[in-house]
Amino acid sequence: MKPLVFTLKQEPDQRLDLAPLVPHLLDGQSAKEIAEIELQTTRERATVGDTFKIRPGSAESIRFEGGSTRLDNIGKDMKAGEIVVEGDCGKSFGRSLSGGNLVLTGECGPFAGSAMSGGRLEIAGDAGDFLGAPLEGEMEGMTGGLMIVRGNAGERVGDRLRRGTIVIEGSAGDYPGSRMIAGTLIVLGECGTLPGYLMRRGTIVLANPPELAPTFVDCGLHELAFAKVFSGLLRPESRAAARLLSRPLARFAGDMAALGKGEIFFPA
Amino acid sequence: MRPMKKNGVRIDDSFAEAFPMRGTAILITAPNRRWARQAATTMTGFATSVIGCGAEAGIDCERPGNITPDGRPGARVLMFAMSSDTLQTQLVNRAGQCVLTSPGSACFADLDGTDRLPIGDQLRYFGDGWQVSKKFGDRHFWRVPVMDGEFLCEATTGLTKKAVGGGNLLLMGATFKTTMHAAELAVAAMNDVEGVILPFPGGIVRSGSKVGSKYKAMMASTNDAYCPTLRGAVATKLDEDIGCVLEIVIDGLTEEAVGEAMRAGLAAIVKLGPEHGAVRVGAGNYGGKLGPFHFHLKDLLP
Repeated sequence: MKPLVFTLKQEPDQRLDLAPLVPHLLDGQSAKEIAEIELQTTRERATVGDTFKIRPGSAESIRFEGGSTRLDNIGKDMKAGEIVVEGDCGKSFGRSLSGGNLVLTGECGPFAGSAMSGGRLEIAGDAGDFLGAPLEGEMEGMTGGLMIVRGNAGERVGDRLRRGTIVIEGSAGDYPGSRMIAGTLIVLGECGTLPGYLMRRGTIVLANPPELAPTFVDCGLHELAFAKVFSGLLRPESRAAARLLSRPLARFAGDMAALGKGEIFFPA
Repeated sequence: MRPMKKNGVRIDDSFAEAFPMRGTAILITAPNRRWARQAATTMTGFATSVIGCGAEAGIDCERPGNITPDGRPGARVLMFAMSSDTLQTQLVNRAGQCVLTSPGSACFADLDGTDRLPIGDQLRYFGDGWQVSKKFGDRHFWRVPVMDGEFLCEATTGLTKKAVGGGNLLLMGATFKTTMHAAELAVAAMNDVEGVILPFPGGIVRSGSKVGSKYKAMMASTNDAYCPTLRGAVATKLDEDIGCVLEIVIDGLTEEAVGEAMRAGLAAIVKLGPEHGAVRVGAGNYGGKLGPFHFHLKDLLP
């Protein structure tokens, strides 16, 4: 099946909202109709045709050739199918993703995978702050699916994570897993200060933990069947994460300043 | 009509009459093979017949660590009952008393399907609030803190309404020794078939029953037509040269699996021959009116 390809003509001179360019909204539209979709965020009109060269194909599989940090909301509300972005993108990449496969080869801004509820999101480069987090005023962040960042992530990754799995193969900034409600967050590189700050439930696995807050309490070194199962399930996605989970892990329970039913694991 | 004969073994022109059942499968893993087997054996104890045990259960096969979800050796348990409700109760009771309690064990779903039976969804309450739910993709697990660490249990397992119970073979031999020899070889061959269990002790039952009794309270009683010590006293089904009868009962997740197991068993019995094994093979039925599945011996011959 031939993909629908959008080739970026040049760096846009304003931020663009690419939320309309997802499989379920483009399904059945002709190239001409797609070219007329408006993307501007200022008073200056900017259509898809102005910004991209369109190579028609099945909307089930969309490719962006060339990216820019000014392209926001790529893959927003995506339900199924696939989007591959070859290049960088701006904020809210894959926000509210609920199904399908969303891949970015470059870097992205803040709120990537924000409040996603299903599907798979992969970022080959670095991700900005608030990965998977809720926007201001929302009660929960990511509530399902799988998110993989091959590079580094910014601060507050997995804020208010509710369900689903986040794997960061590089390093994470300060407060990873802050206010976590449940779910799983794995960081394979370095990690900033105070992981799991005010987390209620959920699991954080850190390859190189910083000093934990005193509100995390030592529960000893364990080899748990669940870690082995997750290791097996994650192996096709991240071999390094699978290796980390197959080691004996020290368990710290917390954050005792909140509910205290969460946990931070790290290899001893 | 002269009886069919294969390698000297007489084959009755008869059929096994089997019934629809509800079936499920789970995989029990443990730190080593011994303890995986122990948990599975305990869970499938006292599960020979739905009449008195609530469920029929057994170990289908063992799995090496490289193909189990948690990388540890495991045993696949099949369980059958006449209704989904009974199966549900039996599954949770047995998993709770026999698997949750077994050192180092974990419990996984091992049957696909849209019909689900809660297992971890029930056992989680043992965690008294400390239980942890973990989801990955469409799989859902519960982690329950226990005294040796954690009991990991999948939330639900599959239920099949296409299971078949009551496939059987009647082995008739000259002596206990020869008949038992044939039965043991048949059981070994049938255990290699996937998706079936032989619920009776070691796969063999020696007290086959008929429906009804002279005593009002009894639903079933000894199958006198096949009792060798009554050969002269009742309307016997046994020939002069038969001194012992043993039965193998088969439950399977599908009709095909039950047929395949009976085929494997028959092949082993026929291969052994009458001298050191069974002189005659029959099958139990109720005239064909009660059970919808009929396994004719003549169709299953090697």
